[in-house]
Amino acid sequence: MRDRLPALVKDAALTALVAAALGLFIVGFKTRDAGQGLFFDYQLVDLAVAVATIFFGRLGLQLASLGLKWPSFALGAALGVIGAAPLELPSTFLHWFVVIAGVLIILRTIWPWANAALATARHSQRGRAFGQRGAKWFGAILLAAAVLMPFTSFADQKTMDLAVLILTYVMLGWGLNIVVGLAGLLDLGYVAFYAVGAYSYALLSTQYGLNFWMVLPLAGMFAAAFGLVLGFPVLRLRGDYLAIVTMGFGEIIRLVLLNWVDLSNGPAGIGGIPGPTLFGAVFAETAPAGKQTFAEMVGIPFTSNQRLIYLYYIILLLALVTNFFTQRVRRLPVGRAWEALREDETACKALGINPTNTKLTAFAVGAMFAGFAGSFFAAKQRFISPESFTFIESAIILSIVVLGGMGSQIGVVLAAVLLIGLPEWFRDLGAYRMIVFGLAMVLIMVFRPRGLIAHREPSVRLHPARAGP
Amino acid sequence: MAYFSQQLINAITLGAIYGLIAIGYTMVYGIIGMINFAHGEVFMIGAFISLIGFMICGTLGISSAPVAILLVLLMAMAFTAVYGWTIERTAYRPLRGSFKLAPLISAIGVSILLQNYVQLAQGARPKPAGSVIEGGYTLFSADGFDVRVAWLQIVIVVVTVVLMAGFSWIIAATPLGRQQRACEQDMKMAALLGVDVDRTISLTFVMGAALAAVAGMMFMMYYGVVDFFIGFLAGIKAFTAAVLGGIGSLPGAMLGGLLIGLIEVFWAGYFTSEYKDVAVFAILVLVLIFRPTGLLGKPEIEKV
Amino acid sequence: MTDGTTAPLIEVEHLTMRFGGLVAVDDVSFAGRPREITAIIGPNGAGKTTVFNCITGFYKPTVGRLTLRGEPDYLLERMLGHEVGQKAKVARTFQNIRLFPGMTVLENLLVAQHNKLMRASGMSVFGLLGLKRYRAAEAAAIDKARQWLERIGLVADADRPAGELPYGAQRRLEIARAMCTDPRLLCLDEPAAGLNPRESSELNELLVSIRDLDGVGVLLIEHDMSVVMRISDHVVVLDYGRKIAEGAPQAMQNDPAVIRAYLGTAEDDADA
Ligand SMILES: Nc1ncnc2c1ncn2[C@@H]1O[C@H](COP(=O)(O)OP(=O)(O)OP(=O)(O)O)[C@@H](O)[C@H]1O
Ligand SMILES: [Mg+2]
Repeated sequence: MRDRLPALVKDAALTALVAAALGLFIVGFKTRDAGQGLFFDYQLVDLAVAVATIFFGRLGLQLASLGLKWPSFALGAALGVIGAAPLELPSTFLHWFVVIAGVLIILRTIWPWANAALATARHSQRGRAFGQRGAKWFGAILLAAAVLMPFTSFADQKTMDLAVLILTYVMLGWGLNIVVGLAGLLDLGYVAFYAVGAYSYALLSTQYGLNFWMVLPLAGMFAAAFGLVLGFPVLRLRGDYLAIVTMGFGEIIRLVLLNWVDLSNGPAGIGGIPGPTLFGAVFAETAPAGKQTFAEMVGIPFTSNQRLIYLYYIILLLALVTNFFTQRVRRLPVGRAWEALREDETACKALGINPTNTKLTAFAVGAMFAGFAGSFFAAKQRFISPESFTFIESAIILSIVVLGGMGSQIGVVLAAVLLIGLPEWFRDLGAYRMIVFGLAMVLIMVFRPRGLIAHREPSVRLHPARAGP
Repeated sequence: MAYFSQQLINAITLGAIYGLIAIGYTMVYGIIGMINFAHGEVFMIGAFISLIGFMICGTLGISSAPVAILLVLLMAMAFTAVYGWTIERTAYRPLRGSFKLAPLISAIGVSILLQNYVQLAQGARPKPAGSVIEGGYTLFSADGFDVRVAWLQIVIVVVTVVLMAGFSWIIAATPLGRQQRACEQDMKMAALLGVDVDRTISLTFVMGAALAAVAGMMFMMYYGVVDFFIGFLAGIKAFTAAVLGGIGSLPGAMLGGLLIGLIEVFWAGYFTSEYKDVAVFAILVLVLIFRPTGLLGKPEIEKV
Repeated sequence: MTDGTTAPLIEVEHLTMRFGGLVAVDDVSFAGRPREITAIIGPNGAGKTTVFNCITGFYKPTVGRLTLRGEPDYLLERMLGHEVGQKAKVARTFQNIRLFPGMTVLENLLVAQHNKLMRASGMSVFGLLGLKRYRAAEAAAIDKARQWLERIGLVADADRPAGELPYGAQRRLEIARAMCTDPRLLCLDEPAAGLNPRESSELNELLVSIRDLDGVGVLLIEHDMSVVMRISDHVVVLDYGRKIAEGAPQAMQNDPAVIRAYLGTAEDDADA
C-alpha cells in the first residue's frame, strides 16, 4: 500500500491534468452573447472543483481496482458526503458530479464481490433454471402489465402519455434491432424511415382523406421501398461506410422535407392530421359531419382519456407485432442468415449466401417497422415537422438498442424505460440526457459490449430437454 | 466570368478547411481502419477553443492580429490535440479486438457526448465571433462586379498549405511517419519489429486533432459564428472529401477537400443553396458505388 | 501422373493472380477428379490459398480459366463470390477458422443449408406463416445436421456456441458445415493445422469417408507430408506461385524439384 501510493497519486494527478487541459477553455470560460458582441464569464472555480473531483475519483477507482477496499470505500463515502453537503458550489451540477464520483468509487469497490455472488447464483443449478423460466415469466408478466395498465389507477394523463412515448421507442428499438442487433448493420439514419412513414400518413390523410388503418400498411411499404433504394447501392460496401451513408441519408431526407415546401409545407410542418379511428368512429368530443364519435358508438360519456387509451393500445399492438415478427423470423433461414452475416460475412459467402440480398431484406424490414411507427407518430401528434426527425432521434434509438443489448428484445424494453422514461419523469435531467446517452454508449462498448441483457437464446435446439449450456 | 472567379476563390478557401479535417479521417482510417465519427466534433471543439482563445487575447490586451492568430493557432492545436489523444485512449483503444461494430458505436457515443458537453458548457445559441482580419484586395472588376480576395482567405489558404506540407513531410520523412506507415501495412509485424504501435496510433489521433483544430479556427474566422452543432455537417462533408480522394491517402484528402469545396460553392452559386448539402451527400453515395477506392486510393483486396 | 480413368471435376487452366507487382500464382494448371483427394502442397507463401480464393470466387484471377465440370459446366472465374457456393456447389474451409462463433453448433450447420431452406420457406413467407411444408424442410435440415454431428462427434455440443468449442472440434465443425451445403467440390485449407496426432488421424478418416461415402471431390492444402502420403490420390506442388511438379504421392516424395523447394523450409515443416 505505502509503496504503491506515490505511483497512484502520480497517475491520478496525470488524469486530473488531462482533465484540466480538456476543460480549460470549454468549461473554464463561458461565452455569453450580451447583445453587442460576445463576452465571457470565468468559471474557473467550476473547473477546479471538477478537476479535483476527477483526481480523487481516479485515485479511488485505482485503489478499488487494486482491492484496497477500505481506503477506496472511505474516499467514495467522503466524496459522496462532500457532494451532498450544502457547500457554496457554483452550480448544482457540480454537486451531482461529486456525488456521482463517490458513488462510482463505492460501486467499483463492491463490484468484485457483487459480481462473484451473481456468477455463483447464475451458475448454480437452481439459478440457471430460474434464469430460463424467469425470462419467460418476466416477459409474460410484463405483457400482462402492459395490457392492463390503462385500467389501473396509475393511468392518469401524464403516465399514459409517457407510456405511449416509451412504447413508441420500444417499437423503434425492436425495429432497429433487426438491422443492428441481428444483421449487424449500423444504420444511423433510421429516423429517415420514421419520417417517411410519418409524412406518408400526414399527406395521404390530409390530402386524400385516407384513414389510419388504410395508410399504415402503405406507410410501411413506402419506408421499405426507401430502404431498398438506399440499401441496394450501399449494402455491398463495408459496414462503416454504410453507417456514414445512412447518417447522410437521414440528413438528406430532413433537408428535403425542409426545402420541398410544395410537398411537405417546409419548416411550418403539416397540421390537422386526423387521429386514428376505430371502425370509423373518431376519438373526439364531437364528430365531424357524417361520422360518429367513439363515445356515441359505445354509448358511454366522452372523456379525453379515451383517445389516449386507444393510442396506447395501437402502439402496444404495433410493438407486439414487431416483436412477434422478430421472434419468428429469427427461427427462419433468413433470420439465421442475418445473424451469420453479423458474425462473419466472408464465411457466409463461402456457404453460397448472397450477402447483399440478405442485408437488403434486413434493412428493408427494419425500415418498414420504422414506417409503421412513423405513421403512428403522425396520427398521435396530429402535427409533424422536419424538426422531429433529426439525427439525435436516430442516435437515441440506437443507444436504446446498444444499451439494451444488441439482439435482446427484453433489453430494448429495459433500455427504453431507462433512457426515455427516467428523463421524462425527472424533467431536470433533460439537459444531461444526451450526455448520459453518449457516455453510456462508450461505457457499454468498453465494459459490457453485449449490452445490459447479454444472453442470446439459440434459435433452435437439438436437445430441448437439456436446456442451458 | 467575374462571378465565376469569385466563386472559385471562395471554393478554394472552403476546400482548404475541408481538406484539413479530411486528413484526420484519412490518417486514422489508414492506421486502424476505422471511421472516427467523433472527428467532426473535435473540429467543433477546435473552433470553440479558438473563439475563446481570441477573446482571452483581447482581455490580455494583445492587439496585433498576427501575434494573436499565431498564439491562438498554437493553443487551439495543443488543447484540441488533448481531446484527440483522450478519445483514442479511453473510447477506442480498449475496443481493439472487440466485435466489429464496437469502435463505431463507441465513436458515435463520443460524438454525442462532446456535442452535448459543449452545448451544456457553452449554451446552445450560435456564438457570433468578431472578425479578426478585415479587408481584402480587389483583383479585378468585370460586368460591374468586383472580384475580391479577402486577406482572411489568403491567410486560410496559406496556413493550410503550410500545414499540409509540414504534415506530409512528417509522414514521408521522419521516423514517426515511417512507423505510421509500417503500422498501416501490418500492425502485428510492426510491433514485432519494435514499433511502439500504441504510441504511433496515439500520435496519429493527436495530429489529426491538431489539424482539425486549425480547420476549426479557420472556419470560425471565415464564417464568424460557431455553435455546438457545426461538427456534424462539416464532419460528414470532410469524410466525403476523404472518400472522394481515396480514404487512406493524404494527397487524396486534400484533393477531395478541394473538390467538395468546389462542388458546394458552385452548387450554391449556380443552383440552389438549399440543396448544396444534398449535392455533397449524393457525391458521397455515387463515389462509394462507382469508385469506392476514390480518386487516389489504392484498390484493397480483402485477404481471406 | 494419375491413371486418368475418371473425367475431371475441376479444371484449372493457366491460372495467374497478381497483386500489384507480386505474382502470387503464376500460370498454374491442374485438375481435380470426383471421388479423389487432390493435395496441393508447397512452402509458405507458395500461393496455395490464393488458388483456393480464385476457385471459390473470393479473388478474380488476373488470367486463367477455372471450370467446374457438370451439367452444365460452370466457369468459376466469371461468377460472383457467393454464386460459386450457391450454383456451382463448391464449398471451402479457411486457413484460420471462420465459424459463426456466437451461434450454436447446430445453427452453424443450418446456416449452411440456407439456400435449400430459403426455397422451402417460400422466401420466408411460408415460414412466417408456419406452414407444414417449411416445418418438414427444417426438420430434414436438422436431421442432416445431426448426422454430421454424429460423424464428427459433436452431438452433445450441438447447442453450445461454436466459439466455445476446443480448437480441433472447431476444425471438424467447419468441415461439416461445408459438407452441409451438399458440395460437389470441397476445398480444405490446412484442416490438420494445430491438431494433435489423435485428432489428425481422426480427421484423415473423416476425409477418406467424405471422398468414398459422399463421393465428393476434395482439394486439400496440407503441410503435413505424412497426411498427404496417407490419404491423397494426387499431388500438385507449388513453389513461388509456379507448379513445379504433379503426380502420385509416392512419386512426389522422390522428385528432385520438390525436395529442392522444401529444403529451405525443412525445419518449418518438420513440426507443422
Ligand atoms: N489480398 C492479397 N493482397 C496482396 N497480396 C496477397 C494477397 N493474398 C495473398 N497475397 C500474397 O500472395 C502470396 C501467396 O500467398 P498465399 O496465402 O496464397 O500462400 P500460401 O501458399 O497459402 O501460404 P501458407 O502456407 O503460408 O498459407 C503471398 O506472398 C501473399 O502475401
Ligand atoms: Mg495459405
